[in-house]
Amino acid sequence: MSRTLAQKVWDAHVVRRAEGEPDLLYIDLHLLHEVTSPQAFDGLRLAGRAVRRPDLTIATEDHNTPTDNLLTIADPVSRTQIETLRKNCAEFGVKLHPLGDPQQGVVHVMGPQQGLTQPGMTIVCGDSHTSTHGAFGSLAFGIGTSEVEHVLATQTLPQALPKQMAVTVTGELPPGVSAKDLILALITQEGTGGGRGYVVEYRGPAIEKLSMEGRMTVSNMSIEWGAKAGLIAPDETTFAWLKGRTFAPQGQAWDDAVAYWKTLPTDSGAVFDKEVFLDASALTPFVTWGTNPGQGASLDSVVPDPESFGTESERAAARRAVEYMDLTPGTALRDVNVDVVFVGSCTNGRLEDLRTAADVLRGRKVADGVRMLVVPGSAAVREQAEEEGLHEVFTAAGAEWRFAGCSMCLGMNPDTLQPGQRSASTSNRNFEGRQGKGGRTHLVSPAVAAATAVTGHLSAPADLDAVGAR
Amino acid sequence: MEKFTVHTGTAVPLRRSNVDTDQIIPAVYLKRVTRTGFEDGLFSAWREDPSFVLNNPAYAGASILVAGPEFGTGSSREHAVWALNDYGFRVVVSPRYGDIFRGNSLKQGLLTVELPQAAVETLWDLVEADPATSIEVDLVAREVRAGGHTWAFALDDFSRWRLLEGLDDIGLTLRHADAITEFESHRPAFGVLVG
Repeated sequence: MSRTLAQKVWDAHVVRRAEGEPDLLYIDLHLLHEVTSPQAFDGLRLAGRAVRRPDLTIATEDHNTPTDNLLTIADPVSRTQIETLRKNCAEFGVKLHPLGDPQQGVVHVMGPQQGLTQPGMTIVCGDSHTSTHGAFGSLAFGIGTSEVEHVLATQTLPQALPKQMAVTVTGELPPGVSAKDLILALITQEGTGGGRGYVVEYRGPAIEKLSMEGRMTVSNMSIEWGAKAGLIAPDETTFAWLKGRTFAPQGQAWDDAVAYWKTLPTDSGAVFDKEVFLDASALTPFVTWGTNPGQGASLDSVVPDPESFGTESERAAARRAVEYMDLTPGTALRDVNVDVVFVGSCTNGRLEDLRTAADVLRGRKVADGVRMLVVPGSAAVREQAEEEGLHEVFTAAGAEWRFAGCSMCLGMNPDTLQPGQRSASTSNRNFEGRQGKGGRTHLVSPAVAAATAVTGHLSAPADLDAVGAR
Repeated sequence: MEKFTVHTGTAVPLRRSNVDTDQIIPAVYLKRVTRTGFEDGLFSAWREDPSFVLNNPAYAGASILVAGPEFGTGSSREHAVWALNDYGFRVVVSPRYGDIFRGNSLKQGLLTVELPQAAVETLWDLVEADPATSIEVDLVAREVRAGGHTWAFALDDFSRWRLLEGLDDIGLTLRHADAITEFESHRPAFGVLVG
């Protein structure tokens, strides 16, 4: 029978199937961080349970960590959470990349860069952006703390098979339009609940042409339109990216793995429950104006009139969003001034993202009054960027070159917006107060972020020719 | 987990859609390592506004939250469920939920009922007209009853059974420990081993 990529991965991991019950799925890789794990470890202790497979479990520190130094966590509550993770990992025998470790970083950057993320795997983490790993053709999804405890204790999860959706992206991305613009446009097209109940597969020529970094950006934001997971079929791009990484198979095992991975792509007669299409060639740089990731528009357009939306629910949400964002309908998005630019996160904190931002900033300056933070997704990304001299481009432009972590993506560490401040951010969520209480977030691509830093208002790199290099 | 069969209580009308988990509990409250005591974080930013519905004394003691579509989208933080539970909610009603939030809620005995938008709007009207309106949420019959209306809701049999019995997932899974061990004996050799 013809099957989809997701079905093949699913079927290969069913430990037990019984009528009227969810399947019991085996989990190949369990990623941990400090925020969603302490209560899970406590649960194990209370029940006298061990971690069943510490060898399939790995932890890092990212959400609470500072990005201005590697030694001091000033907030005692944050420090306690980090120390709790360290104690738990030591007690239960789980490998940890702590602050200062060469492999430390945002959990969804740390896993792939070491080759831990491979096609055909099942991967979970107590973090909704676990969907990132789907870019390799793995079935990866975020879970809550009760499920973290469940996986620690049993290395399995009871799961009902979701419906399957194909997202076919036709055509070719125009120059200056990136994977981030593509996924932001898709979320606006489908709405924040459009993927609810589905595992989606991104496919089509525009997806196939993306680098692994671009694919990870797309899969990362699957959760922002409600999808359980977002997979992309493994291909030569995937294999080339993986080969030689620390945990990638070697020798005969590599050949065996590639032979298996090549069997994973969706069979030609496989049926999806739903299909969605997007024309990449019609896309432009895309930004959000509202307070959920589905409230976005082309950078070329204006802040929409809340009354223009089709349902009362959408109109009410748009009214509230425009008010929170302190925007006037009809304002050109290019006329929106920002205070802070953030380049980083599990969405856009990889080497390619930093290269893109540096290419825009080279020979230019961050506008007066604008603060720009460049935060590598991991210590390894930071090291690679420095080998390429990217840090010198950023600092020469007047941006801050920081240490790895989740940073300003969410308000759990010292990198936050002040009340009323407005950011252009390469992260994934523009929720009210996400980057700090009272902060206002516009989600953008790395290229738009860098151009915006130069002009001080939402901009694309193409706009800079008019401004000129200073 | 506490058993859930039938719950009768009053409700808070939250006329908002896309109530993401960052609104339910902002990240700053996630630094704690305990599992209880999150009630102070519930909607903490919105509660600073005196006109926010949770600050209306007429809704004090309510145990059912009635919200717009896309409730609990965003971050996987189970703290959102703990905060709702700790505050005293036993039931949320919304036309649609974020998947991870829904899963978390059903594991923690917080019943997340899906009703159509029209039913949610009727409930809003009822409890705004009379905050003391009694609402009955019956998991046995899979029905919500209020103000002379009865709405059926769907919940898969397995989740319902677990809630009715108050069963812990890990205990259920560990009954199949042999099947897990058997599965592990034939995993592919090229699989990743971290340790």
